[in-house]
Amino acid sequence: MTSPGSGTVYTETVVFSPPEAYVNDVPYQLAIIQLENGRRLTGRIDGEHARIGDKVAFVDFRNNVAFFRKAA
Amino acid sequence: MRPVAVVGIGKTAFGAFPDRDLRSLAVEAGQKALADAHAKPEQIEAFYLGNFAGPSFVGQNHLAPYIAAGMGIIGIPATRFEAACASSGAAFFNAVSAVAAGLYDVVLVTGVEKMTSQPTPKVTEILAGAGDLCGEVRAGATFPALFAMIARRHMYQYGTTREQMAAVAVKNHANGAKNPLAHMRKVITMEQALAGKPIAEPLTVYDCSLVSDGAAAVVIAPLERASEFAGKPIRVLGISQTSDNVALDEKDDITTLRAVKTSAAKAYKMAGVSPADIQFAELHDCFTIAEILATEDLGFVEKGEGGPYALAGKTCLQGERPINTSGGLKAKGHPVGATGVGQICDVALQIRGEAGERQIARNKLGLAQNLGGSGATSVVTILGAA
Repeated sequence: MTSPGSGTVYTETVVFSPPEAYVNDVPYQLAIIQLENGRRLTGRIDGEHARIGDKVAFVDFRNNVAFFRKAA
Repeated sequence: MRPVAVVGIGKTAFGAFPDRDLRSLAVEAGQKALADAHAKPEQIEAFYLGNFAGPSFVGQNHLAPYIAAGMGIIGIPATRFEAACASSGAAFFNAVSAVAAGLYDVVLVTGVEKMTSQPTPKVTEILAGAGDLCGEVRAGATFPALFAMIARRHMYQYGTTREQMAAVAVKNHANGAKNPLAHMRKVITMEQALAGKPIAEPLTVYDCSLVSDGAAAVVIAPLERASEFAGKPIRVLGISQTSDNVALDEKDDITTLRAVKTSAAKAYKMAGVSPADIQFAELHDCFTIAEILATEDLGFVEKGEGGPYALAGKTCLQGERPINTSGGLKAKGHPVGATGVGQICDVALQIRGEAGERQIARNKLGLAQNLGGSGATSVVTILGAA
């Protein structure tokens, strides 16, 4: 899979009540990222909490899910 | 196209019923609707069933003939419609379309869901099947999470507040406490609503509708034959079903439910009314923010004004336009496949003047709005006294 690159947080939430597959991940931050290529992608935020408008950078894919991190 | 009327309504209580199976709930609602209309099973020419996930929740497939036969109805078309939480709204839309077109005269439409036999993470996973499994759901989205992201964006763009969302929950609980068939007949305070356990920030448990068992049914017929049935007929003045993208990240503006706008525009046109004419409504408050969005996208208020509208009390029982006098999905309960037809029953009950403690005075023209997923299906129905 190719890197989606960096982007901006369009919206986000922190999930406390998970589906069965992610019971061990909670709480986790989920976000829709407005990518620089114009598209949007739903992924996870790793590390520091990110807010709407924050710049984020792609980290890696884990089980086909894109993880991002708040840009310095 | 022939005018169509709702000539019978029937609902089970909504709640957690460990001793009841899906079929018995659907049969109870159907038989109540037939009894209300004074119609006999052999008069039913087609059976339309709304059910979202019976196969996942209880393992049963081939539900429509199974339920119909449970009421002694055989030898007719019996079909299940699936459109997530708008499943029975879609069944109702298709049934009304068939009667309006002259295909059948007397039709039974039932919605049912049996959800409480599964643990919460499993229920969450089954419900997430109404989202995009290859994208948002794989990333960890649940339905509370999708509507939480809608809420965050609505707060960011329009200044909507936690208090405004909580006002929806407080109002719907107050109404539900007056509804003998509601799942949760408990008044809550603003303080309680704001201090709820987080589910998906900014939504707490008080922003989320209930996981319920239940069923609802209506008998419909051409208006010209309505007098053959008991009770006051309710006319379907306008109805429309429209679709949109399933994935939230494929929608241009997630603060607007585009399918609600398109289905509402068609329903208003068919009924020859404007949003300002609608006196009361049953709206799809799967989450408090969804009721706020619906008031905007149905044209009751301008975009961004839904939160202040709720907090100002305009939508409470004594307000200018009561919304969810039944208690809504929040307090009445949300057995997802039953919700669309349940809303039709609740609007009809108000127009018939049979809503008891929660009866409103301006009850001539009501609207029901049933939503599937994060807005990929919308059914809007406008009902009035025949």
